[in-house]
Amino acid sequence: MTASPAPPSPQTAPPELAPGRRFHPFALAVRAFAPLPGAVALFGEHVILLLRATLWLFRRPFRLRLFFDQMEFVGVGSLPIIMLVGFFTGAVTALQAILALSLFEQQRYVGFGVGISLARELAPVFTALMITARAGSGMATELASMKITEQVDALTTFAVNPVHYLVTPRLVASAVMLPVMCMVFNVVGLVGCYVVSVISYEIDFGQVLALFRHGVDPIDYIEGILKAFCFGVTMATCACYQGLNVRGGAREVGLATTRAVVSTSVTVLVLDYFLIEIMNVFFPYGGL
Amino acid sequence: MADELSKRDQRWQIRIRDLHKSFAAQQVLRGIDLDIERGKINIIIGGSGQGKSVFMKHLMGLLSPDRGHIFVDGQDIIGLGDVAIAKVQRKFGMVFQYAALFDSLNVVENIAFPLLERYRLPKKEVLERVRDLLERLDLARVPGIEQKYPAELSGGMRKRVGLARALVDRPEILLYDEPTTGLDPIATRNVDEMIRRTADDFGVTSVVISHDMASTFRIADRIAMLYEGVIIASGERREVMAAPHPVLKEFVETSGAVHFGGRAS
Ligand SMILES: Nc1ncnc2c1ncn2[C@@H]1O[C@H](COP(=O)(O)OP(=O)(O)OP(=O)(O)O)[C@@H](O)[C@H]1O
Ligand SMILES: [Mg+2]
Repeated sequence: MTASPAPPSPQTAPPELAPGRRFHPFALAVRAFAPLPGAVALFGEHVILLLRATLWLFRRPFRLRLFFDQMEFVGVGSLPIIMLVGFFTGAVTALQAILALSLFEQQRYVGFGVGISLARELAPVFTALMITARAGSGMATELASMKITEQVDALTTFAVNPVHYLVTPRLVASAVMLPVMCMVFNVVGLVGCYVVSVISYEIDFGQVLALFRHGVDPIDYIEGILKAFCFGVTMATCACYQGLNVRGGAREVGLATTRAVVSTSVTVLVLDYFLIEIMNVFFPYGGL
Repeated sequence: MADELSKRDQRWQIRIRDLHKSFAAQQVLRGIDLDIERGKINIIIGGSGQGKSVFMKHLMGLLSPDRGHIFVDGQDIIGLGDVAIAKVQRKFGMVFQYAALFDSLNVVENIAFPLLERYRLPKKEVLERVRDLLERLDLARVPGIEQKYPAELSGGMRKRVGLARALVDRPEILLYDEPTTGLDPIATRNVDEMIRRTADDFGVTSVVISHDMASTFRIADRIAMLYEGVIIASGERREVMAAPHPVLKEFVETSGAVHFGGRAS
């Protein structure tokens, strides 16, 4: 069936405590963990949506235009903001690094420090957060308003699967464009770093570059890109899930958007930690 | 009984048995039994909020019931998977109460959507069929209509574009949710004629939800009344009219379209 179930709301129904037994430890424990089954179910539904969207990727028809439209929306549309944020992130990190490094008179390490921070952490995470704010929220709003005006049902009446038509292109576009945007962020961030350290602080460019090339490995960039890929998948899944499971009217569309942005941002930051742990197993950090 | 229902029946295309649906505490459908006749216009009437739209969405699997069965050509559609249900849905077309046009597509793209999704037709032929429908639904006269987006149309225009979109690839079964509500009398008559002609010319099975008693009596082959979650009366138009259920009688007489003992206006 295509009718989607309501998102189980974790807030509902904490079991009522019997009067007089308010502080019974067992009852308190039950209360504390009451949202857990709901949260697990919610997670499960996200995973199911992700799996369905992935399976549909291999089924005909392949509507290439939808993919390109979404790539344009997620990627090209986010380019200006990514460049702006990327430049200043690089510049600010360089400033702070120079401050710290100047204690040891080792400002020439700035390129290395900024490069590796950008590659491994700042570029993937900030790209994900910025694109979520822009494109993830847009996806959730669009799907939610399609849902409440029955456009999603209308798709079904033409035997078009809504997950196939709506979710799959968004998923692919996000998974492809986040890594691309992450690389853009890296490049622009390094430009910011160059402007601060070489032009403004007059640190020797040759030394900065040499230490950068010595210390930053292609593996660092690969890790960042893999993370951006995972964040893209996360963003599309959360946004589409919230959009397609909306009930009610205009107010609920707004709430769905908010929930999409919050759930994506939180998931990205939590996932980031676990991804680092996993990747440390495969690519142990070499350092300088 | 189940054996009989799961065979394709010559006369009845859709057979609904004991359909129940609740939203939270609200019981909307409380055991609907109804047969939809092949090739005929089956009209469902009933007060606002009685669950007509909810019922119609069950017919093509847009909602799933709490209990009950729907047999389409002998196949129970309840509990089918994504791909199997899509196959059944190919038989259907639906006109939504609030049109449900795709915001991101213009009028031509909206109407052509089912054709482009299902067939590989030359562009010229698609455009021809779209223009023909625009013409027949009195939309062709509106300047620049083809490139307009749904947000730029009036309610009645949206409704007719939705109708055109459902009609364009001539499905076997057409579901109309209040196709004429909000249209002026002339447009109403044209839409009625269109529903009648589609049924007669192509043998389309039509299920129509209607509030408009005058047009109901003009075009219906069969009438069913939905009241408090069950079908309280159903049958051929003449049967239903000959011995009307009291609720139906009140509903129809209040509308002023028909007086029992008299003739349909
Ligand atoms: N998705 C939903 N969630 C909760 N309640 C719903 C939902 N859809 C319909 N209902 C409820 O079901 C009842 C029947 O709604 P429905 O839209 O079927 O009425 P209707 O008979 O089509 O009325 P109208 O003639 O005004 O269109 C209403 O009381 C409505 O509140
Ligand atoms: Mg309705």
